[in-house]
Amino acid sequence: MSTTVASTKPKLKTSAMIASFADPGQKTTSAPFGHALVKAAEADQRIVGLTADLGKYTDMHIFAKAVPERFFQMGMAEQLLFGAAAGLAETGLVPFASTYSVFAARRAYDFLCLDIAEPNLNVNIVGGLPGLTTGYGPSHQATEDMAIFRGMPNLTIVDPCDSVDIEQAVPQLAASEGPTYLRLLRGNVPTVLDEYDYKFELGKAKVLRGGNDVVFVSSGLMTMRALQAAEALAAHNVDVAVVHTPTIKPFDASTVLREINTDRLAVTLENHTVVGGLFETVASAVVAAGLGKRVVPVALPDAFLDAGALPTLHERYGLSVDRIVAKVLEELG
Amino acid sequence: MTTTSTESTPSHQATNAVERVADRHLAVSSAAYRIRNHALNMGEVQGQGYVGQALGAADILATVYTDQLRYRAEDPHWEVRDRFLLSTGHYAIGHYAAVAEAGIIPVSELETYGSDDSRLPMSGMSTYTPGMEISGGSLGHGLTIAVGMALGLRHQGTEYEGRGARVFNFLSDGELDEGSTWEAAMGAHHHRLGNLTAMVDINALQADGATNTVLRTEPVLEKWEAFGWYAQRVDGNDVGALLEAFDNAAAVAAPEGRPSVILCDTRVGRGVPLLETREKAHFMRIEEHEWQICREQLAAGFEGTASA
Repeated sequence: MSTTVASTKPKLKTSAMIASFADPGQKTTSAPFGHALVKAAEADQRIVGLTADLGKYTDMHIFAKAVPERFFQMGMAEQLLFGAAAGLAETGLVPFASTYSVFAARRAYDFLCLDIAEPNLNVNIVGGLPGLTTGYGPSHQATEDMAIFRGMPNLTIVDPCDSVDIEQAVPQLAASEGPTYLRLLRGNVPTVLDEYDYKFELGKAKVLRGGNDVVFVSSGLMTMRALQAAEALAAHNVDVAVVHTPTIKPFDASTVLREINTDRLAVTLENHTVVGGLFETVASAVVAAGLGKRVVPVALPDAFLDAGALPTLHERYGLSVDRIVAKVLEELG
Repeated sequence: MTTTSTESTPSHQATNAVERVADRHLAVSSAAYRIRNHALNMGEVQGQGYVGQALGAADILATVYTDQLRYRAEDPHWEVRDRFLLSTGHYAIGHYAAVAEAGIIPVSELETYGSDDSRLPMSGMSTYTPGMEISGGSLGHGLTIAVGMALGLRHQGTEYEGRGARVFNFLSDGELDEGSTWEAAMGAHHHRLGNLTAMVDINALQADGATNTVLRTEPVLEKWEAFGWYAQRVDGNDVGALLEAFDNAAAVAAPEGRPSVILCDTRVGRGVPLLETREKAHFMRIEEHEWQICREQLAAGFEGTASA
């Protein structure tokens, strides 16, 4: 469970666009979204799949192969992708439409907002490469996707940790009435939460482990890192609780505030810029509740990030387990 | 092409066909007149508005609602209805008039246009008004949604009396500036959406001035043809030409699985000489005393054509 980051030579390579963030030897599940969508579609005839020339890169190809008559390729045309998804939903279907998060959030926002969110249609936006999950630089790194989407009324935002979250979330996204945005993890996705007494529930935060000194509030792949950091901190005699909040909006403030409103050091952890994501969601809930509580963010900086190898970048920007551990120890003095 | 024997003689058929066309023509022209009259009344209540566009597009709206659309006035969500999508939200004044003419909302409600708490906001939205399929206004959206609807209806085999539901999208020539319109044009052709018809109101006018000074969109016909559509260009204020274009689209393009576009050259303010000759403006200003003159000119013109 330890991360290995080369701090000195040889230089790591950026490698493929979609770099894996699984640790060497870690248990993974192949294409959990694609398989979960096929399974959900067997039970719900309304489900259809669309993509904008990124089927293979969002695991939508699994669905396209299994139920080709319910798959629509829209070409590299994201405005059409989401406008058409709205049209399909208007006829009673339940579309899952996939592209990269950057294209959904930045390029097709007007279509998501007016054609899907305003009429509150059951369209499920599936965004690949959320946050810092590629070394290709700002063109592909959706470091501000949640910040962009949180201002959109009606939209549910889900930031899953692993394959367990994704498998359990997909049927719930299909069943929930309005639009959703899923921060997709694809390919060989780590399987982490099966080791905990945990079930994904849309709109709910869950305490994965208790701890007396520190409380981590985390979402997405940073919950995996939070759990690893909690293990590592135990070796320093620091007892860390981890609260996983995969639904960013609507936010389960009552669970999170209950955990935060203690004497423990409170830390948020997210694979997203420090602006407008989990940290600010938690911070605003804390302020609105009148709690004079300090919250420490572990998040990406408010900056356009470098290109490079993912482990290098996670270390550089503070998302690695080592950096989390160092930050907590520093905070505790 | 198969020929079948029929009991009626060819000449009898021809006479019927001519009569039918005349009947359709009269029904559409009368509806267009009433739509224009409604639009003037709504404009007067507001004191301003997109009256010029409504008058220009009235013949297209009347043709679609009177002659083409399958709908049930009492059940705007009837599953097998044809869908009419208004991309250009600011044409809502004309669309409300058409929806009232179709009996979907009461004519008496039109006077609430643009007022607080009205179901008829200045820019058309599906969440406000029965019979409005989409929320237009952000231009370049309508055709993308239309592609999804046409796909979804075909996928589900939505049929009534042997005919699938069709999708009609009304857009403006200004919307041809938007790249998303062309994404959708490609998508409709790729997916062979013969159940989709687009109508482009070419009034040659945009918010900042004449279309050819804002962003040249010509040659429009060739563009749509190059995108694989069955494209026709007609005088959008000529009811006979509109009817023929819709008939052609149904006879030629739909069976081939080709989407159709009818490019309609229209005149802003059509039917009211006072406004037709006024300097063209996106948002036309009409003085208080002019509304009655407009109505009188409209009525005189309609009676002129009806008796001709």
